[in-house]
Amino acid sequence: MVGGGDGSAEQGRSWRSGLRDGAPYGAAAFVLAVSFGVVATDAGMPAVAAIVMSALVYSGSGQFAALGVAGSGGGVGAAVGTATLVSSRFLPMGFALGPSLRGSRLRRALEGQATVDASWAMAARGDGRYDREYLFGHSAAQYVPWVAGTVVGVLVPVLDTRALGLDAVFPAFFLALLAAEVRDRLRLGVALAGAGVALALVPVAPPGLPVLAASAVALVGLRGPR
Amino acid sequence: MSPSTWWLLIGLCVVTTALTRGAGPAATGGRELPAPAVRVVVLLSSALLAALVVTSALADGTELRVGADTAGVATAGVLLWRRAHLLVVVLGAAAVTAGLRALGVD
Repeated sequence: MVGGGDGSAEQGRSWRSGLRDGAPYGAAAFVLAVSFGVVATDAGMPAVAAIVMSALVYSGSGQFAALGVAGSGGGVGAAVGTATLVSSRFLPMGFALGPSLRGSRLRRALEGQATVDASWAMAARGDGRYDREYLFGHSAAQYVPWVAGTVVGVLVPVLDTRALGLDAVFPAFFLALLAAEVRDRLRLGVALAGAGVALALVPVAPPGLPVLAASAVALVGLRGPR
Repeated sequence: MSPSTWWLLIGLCVVTTALTRGAGPAATGGRELPAPAVRVVVLLSSALLAALVVTSALADGTELRVGADTAGVATAGVLLWRRAHLLVVVLGAAAVTAGLRALGVD
């Protein structure tokens, strides 16, 4: 699992292999970003603002959530609150990732900005550590198409991404990641329980909270090895 | 919303998202996590990914809804189980979703 071959296990998989593995996710990010650009301009967001948002927020779920609330007249506070909640899963992910990054606390916080779902999940070595360079490569492979796709979306606001079924692309990717992740009965149990918690909370909690709450299921790990 | 309101919204989203991504790494620093925390971390992705899959396939705001995309994601599940290539899985999900919408299923 650890590349390099020169015995430097600390080095981990390279940013190049991250870039390569991230390419299909980049393609999916591109189509999602096109639809973000289309929906954003439809909702009245200035074209430049939509591009800046993709470049600096870099969170599909968060950006769509903010847009959804603002577009339905929810106001700035509600939109920002929802986007923050939707992206709140980055918080536990950051605690997991932290020790594998480098440098001062500030630098680690900056390096942590590379966190997106697929990159974070695939950079995991499976022993609690993360391949830092691999994460950067994987994340970059999604960042560039994410911004480029937004530019295309605001310039060519005609593509009907729903009619093309492109909204099923990201969940399908997440499912593929999950299938690779669930290697034993404990993880299968955690996945099923996480899905159950999330679904149970959807009708009663604001969007984003169900996914964050599902992360609590992982606390079963505190019980210790059996 | 006026353009300046949109910019305010984006500025605030930039700040809150950067904080959620940066807070963990800033807090842990270089300290190794204790063994129980490592076990939690290892299980975290299973819980989060499963929650993301079911909410993106079934949740529409605060409503649970079986739609064309749900069928598309279920197709992806079958293809994964049959050990299909990742691209086949993803294109299959999109094709089934698009096909159902063309037939009038939303």
